[in-house]
Amino acid sequence: MLNDFLILMKPELTVTVILFLLLFIKIGKGMKNETLLPLIQVLLLLNFLLGFFFNKQGVLFEGLYTSTSMIVFQKNILNLGVYLISLLCADWLRKTPHLPEFFMLMLSALLGMFFMISSGNLLMFYLSLELATIPVAAMANFDLEKKISSEAAMKMILSSAFSSGILLFGISLLYGATGTISFAELPAQLDGSPLQIMAFVFLFTAFAFKLSIVPFHLWTADVYEGSPIAVTSFLSVISKGSIAFIFISTLYKVFQPMEAIWYNMIVVLAIATMVIGNLFALRQQNIKRFLAFSSIAQVGFILVAISSNSPAGLSAVVYFVLIYVFSNLAAFGVASVISEKTGRENIDEYKGLYKTNPFLTWVLALALFSLAGVPPTAGFFGKLFLLTAGATKADYWFVTVAALNMIISLYYYLRITRAMFMDKNDQPIEKLRPDPSARLALLICTAGIILTGLLSWVYDYIVKLN
Amino acid sequence: MEPGLYQLLFISAALFFIGVYGFFTRRNLITMLMSVELVLNSVNLNFIAFNKYLWPGRMDGLFFTIFVIAIAAAEAAVAIAIIINLYRSHQSIDVENAEELKY
Repeated sequence: MLNDFLILMKPELTVTVILFLLLFIKIGKGMKNETLLPLIQVLLLLNFLLGFFFNKQGVLFEGLYTSTSMIVFQKNILNLGVYLISLLCADWLRKTPHLPEFFMLMLSALLGMFFMISSGNLLMFYLSLELATIPVAAMANFDLEKKISSEAAMKMILSSAFSSGILLFGISLLYGATGTISFAELPAQLDGSPLQIMAFVFLFTAFAFKLSIVPFHLWTADVYEGSPIAVTSFLSVISKGSIAFIFISTLYKVFQPMEAIWYNMIVVLAIATMVIGNLFALRQQNIKRFLAFSSIAQVGFILVAISSNSPAGLSAVVYFVLIYVFSNLAAFGVASVISEKTGRENIDEYKGLYKTNPFLTWVLALALFSLAGVPPTAGFFGKLFLLTAGATKADYWFVTVAALNMIISLYYYLRITRAMFMDKNDQPIEKLRPDPSARLALLICTAGIILTGLLSWVYDYIVKLN
Repeated sequence: MEPGLYQLLFISAALFFIGVYGFFTRRNLITMLMSVELVLNSVNLNFIAFNKYLWPGRMDGLFFTIFVIAIAAAEAAVAIAIIINLYRSHQSIDVENAEELKY
């Protein structure tokens, strides 16, 4: 029994151990940031590597907590993302006066996401969702003296509190209509009565808030722009990824009997999300805001795969999120290096970057190509599998709209690439020397962007887990 | 008259929409937070009513209520900390004054 408990909950337990270690360091003598940051990076690397060993499948606490090899793999993706963020934003992290607190908040949010992915019960799901969002709102306020940071945190906490209110109202109606809150018992009770449909709409709305699906996306761009880049990358990659995982497993496992209802909702919202995300991304000048709208558009593509309601959809989404971790973190990493050293975040100021910083330019260009889905990069294969999964329903016009949106997105991704390589600039960004750990992380991301697509066993492995 | 399930559900739905209305119309951050608390309390009422009248044998609703109350407190704590910080930088807790991030 105890063995089961220790091995099944290993990802959560390792994160908790690191969390407590940081707490003891904080309340004890304290450490200088220069020594603490490498320690944290090594711990996170160990945490990531440990995720590959001693994995077991099983259920704990009468269905409250489940673990399958797919869930373990999803947790490993999230671990990888957190490790990369700790490397990429080293410059900013070293300067922040509250380094242990920052990682305590980040790891407790990560812990919440782990429990959320594993949850087998609406109560567990709600609790872990809150654990995954409340610390992030506190993290968004980490540039304490900046006005926009506190504004971003305010928008984040208010919209997340409101959306969790909606989620809870939905859960309460669902409980009233079915009498159970366990994921295993719910599908048998769902018969599509009006009360259940209303409850489902509330639940769906809450998910849409957290995933920033149009028309519930308005908080996203503001929060992304105002927060420190470390938090923005955490929000856009780790948070989005974990919510996408639990969203897809809730739809496929729990709300399977209501498929006829949610299929139409997803089609409409996917088209709205892609179109509006793309159109707003076209006119952005701030790089963080631009990446925010691009991530909204990417969620639209994820929805296309989710609509397929097949195992192929799940594996396509997991594969895409893995690629998304590499490509989006590479883009945010370059933006973080430039913003931390020079304070510039405008796309116009990136003109002529190639002359002074060829390495950063190539990494950013590759990342943008991958986000746009240009062939040699992994992003192409990610998008390909997403759209193929979406096409299994034979709604070809829907997939065509998605493909057309990829073309629009190509325009604005290439706009930045052109600015960096071809445009002239009188005062280009001077030559920057990224921190060695940031350089390492950028190299890892680049390798990931290229290799995840070219090595076919990655996708095969994900399909096999399913 | 003994209040039944319908009366309780009516009150909770009314509370929910009053909360939503307040959240959308009020411009003071503390009041907006209070509106969210109204929404959460309507949920609690819903859970209790369903538990008492429809599913008396299952305790899920009661447990859920206890957890919702606890989480609401945690959320309010973080939100008020953020609002205090916002007040320090903006000298006001009116959402209209927090207007640097747009479009």
